[in-house]
Amino acid sequence: MSAHQTHTVVAHKESFLRRYIFSQDHKIIGIQYYLTSLFMAVVGGILAMLIRLQLGWPGSSGIRPDAYLAFVTMHGTIMIFFFLTTILTGGFGNFLIPLQIGARDMAFPFLNMLSYWLFPPAIIVLLASFFVSGGAPNSGWTAYPPLSALKEAAPGSGLGQTLWLISLAILIVAFLFGSLNYITTVLTLRTRGMSMMRLPLTIWALFITAILSLLAFPVLLAAAVMLLFDRIAGTSFFLPAGLVVGGKLIPSAGGSPLLWQHLFWFLGHPEVYVLILPPMGFVSDILSTFSRKPIFGYKVMVASISAIGFLSFIVWGHHMFVSGMNPWLGTAFMATTLVIAVPSAIKTFNWLATLYKARITISTPMLFALGFVSLFVTGGLTGIFLGSPTIDIQLHDTYFVVAHFHFVMASAALFGVFAGTYYWFPKMFGRMMSERLGRWHFWLTFLGIYATFFPMHYLGIAGMMRRIYSPLLYPHLQPLQPLNVFISVAAFVLGVSQLIFAFNFFWSLFRGEKAPVNPWRANTLEWTAPSPPPHGNWGETLPTVHRWPYDYSVPDAREDYIPQTVPVAVPGARREV
Amino acid sequence: MDSLETSKGRIHSTGKAFAVVLWILVAAAVLGTIGASRRWWLPPLASTQGADVDRLFYLTLAITSLVFVLVQILLGVFVYRFIATKEERAASWHEHRGLEVSWTLITAVVLTILISMGGLVWAKLHQPPPAGALVVEVTAEQFGWRIRYPGPDEKFGRTAPQLISATNPLGIDPADPAGQDDVVTLNDLRLVENHPVRILIRSKDVIHSFFLPNFRIKQDAVPGMAVEVWFTPRVAGDYPIACAELCGVGHYIMRGQVKVVSQEEFERWLQGKRE
Repeated sequence: MSAHQTHTVVAHKESFLRRYIFSQDHKIIGIQYYLTSLFMAVVGGILAMLIRLQLGWPGSSGIRPDAYLAFVTMHGTIMIFFFLTTILTGGFGNFLIPLQIGARDMAFPFLNMLSYWLFPPAIIVLLASFFVSGGAPNSGWTAYPPLSALKEAAPGSGLGQTLWLISLAILIVAFLFGSLNYITTVLTLRTRGMSMMRLPLTIWALFITAILSLLAFPVLLAAAVMLLFDRIAGTSFFLPAGLVVGGKLIPSAGGSPLLWQHLFWFLGHPEVYVLILPPMGFVSDILSTFSRKPIFGYKVMVASISAIGFLSFIVWGHHMFVSGMNPWLGTAFMATTLVIAVPSAIKTFNWLATLYKARITISTPMLFALGFVSLFVTGGLTGIFLGSPTIDIQLHDTYFVVAHFHFVMASAALFGVFAGTYYWFPKMFGRMMSERLGRWHFWLTFLGIYATFFPMHYLGIAGMMRRIYSPLLYPHLQPLQPLNVFISVAAFVLGVSQLIFAFNFFWSLFRGEKAPVNPWRANTLEWTAPSPPPHGNWGETLPTVHRWPYDYSVPDAREDYIPQTVPVAVPGARREV
Repeated sequence: MDSLETSKGRIHSTGKAFAVVLWILVAAAVLGTIGASRRWWLPPLASTQGADVDRLFYLTLAITSLVFVLVQILLGVFVYRFIATKEERAASWHEHRGLEVSWTLITAVVLTILISMGGLVWAKLHQPPPAGALVVEVTAEQFGWRIRYPGPDEKFGRTAPQLISATNPLGIDPADPAGQDDVVTLNDLRLVENHPVRILIRSKDVIHSFFLPNFRIKQDAVPGMAVEVWFTPRVAGDYPIACAELCGVGHYIMRGQVKVVSQEEFERWLQGKRE
């Protein structure tokens, strides 16, 4: 720790390569993660458009069934692992953790660089699967064996699936390096006065997220290696005896397909909280800043984040109610699942209470934060249907599930990314983003998401299954086609609207108004460093923290915000923490 | 910050627009759902047990809809009401024990009620089937459903994967007398009206999911396992069998048919199949 704290900003002359490519600076690594993830979002987004093209006009899209399944698989894999996870923890986590806790860098800068540099190889291996014989995997992002284990079972279950597993294994190692770094940094490198209970909720969320990643991802890594062995070394971890695929008897014995599901979802459920906790943290801080009011119930928020983190490890079975697992186990998972709804509800009520008697200023980050709350409520409530095994019988593996997780996890997390981008862009690049374009982007995205995903609930209730190439072969699904066309059109509007964001991002990067040090008049430490912060973040001395980050609208104070670095004894400031 | 201060009018109007848009969305969601319930909704119910599932669905729908409407409207109200118009400060109020305890308790109580009701129905659905139920075996394969009836001896013949061939798709052992009278169909499941049925679900190759939307039945077909579901078909007619678990390129064509018929018609059909 001390080695780091003493290594200050002596004019840091480094080559371009060391400075921007193989950088060990957490801010550069964060921006590298951010931009690479954004590239993957474009790939995942284009795949989503192709999926909607097929479902809107199943007869005339020109997409083959195996290509369609490859798109579905890669869309899910990319959006979850290669975009949302990486941008939230690798991008924002890297950029924000040292800046918000008052550290000069991460605890292990070299490991941090290594973590980023595992990401591009993982992407190359993943995308290579599109170009090998058989194409990208067909088995969905969940890759259930035997479909994913036997090359006879689907065209994409050939080399494409092997590459998918290798790519995931590389990426998981990157996540583990990152998580170790984030945990150690938060625990050991907090500046003077920054007690745990003075951390902004963004840091609490990123910290608990890192713990979840560190504990959950190794399980998927083990499962991926086992599946790889089943595929190439003749083992039978997930393959029972007596499989006959395409008339051919498979020489496997003794494995269990359900074992994969347990291992996969043991990661898979914490993973959805890896995607939603950081946005919850961003949104808490953004709501508070633009409400000019302290976040409501800070301690309860910390407790809720921790409770969600813990409970997320014991709910995985709700993905398996109809998998053939013992029904009594279903009852147990139902109970834990509905228990996790309590801290989630508390957080929502706290956000609402933060707005009550606030003095709200609206800017693009605030719009996206408010949109997040709306989307999270909508998606959270449909989780109550799916958490009940009885109702899940009917809705499992239908579009109701697709609607649910696109609201609560995908769209809400995406809104966290956008809110965070508009909010921290000035600090990252020293320029403001255009508010006018930001508002256009917000309206089209917010309405586009509701128009795309809300009607999917009806598809699911009416029984349309997930991952089908065409619903038209089922007479009872044919009447749904107008709804599918509507959803596709809405999805295209949603997709095209993202060009506004892309334009705003790159235009503002070069032409945006120069950002002041603290454009939002916020309290957290990153707003005391220059925009953008230099190597080492602060000059000679690190900031000292005297208060919690939520001293907004303190009665009798001169300004309606008091940064964390302002000593409590300053006249006019009230003792708060 | 100057840029924010000068655009105060815009802040004001954007904030109010957000609230109004949110309210319109709530109205659209409610009206859309009412509209959808007339044409894009739960498939007509055809089993006795499904009534409990539907009841729980509607109860959950009522509760979640109420919370959805209240919370979204309140979000809009707060933004509309507390948008910065005057120079006065926000409240610095950020804790309220009574409020926090009440919303935690109310959420916990409502969820506990839903959990308990869900648990009771789930347990009821998994009670042992009544004696005398019709027994059928369904074996999933890429991409169809092999349906087997045990015949008059009420016993399924032994099967072995080594014996599977084009003419013997289930690999029934010809040496086992119990298998002699077994009837096997493809994608054609006949059930008897008001007569409970036990269905043994298996798979030959990958995971499939046996989905009968009208009977509120869904059960994964997992290779290496035999899972049983049971229910009582209540209304005669034709219904779909769908595959609900991604099983390969033909996942979308893996359709079968359930025909619920009278006892006599069923016997006649089975007899005809044996000959």
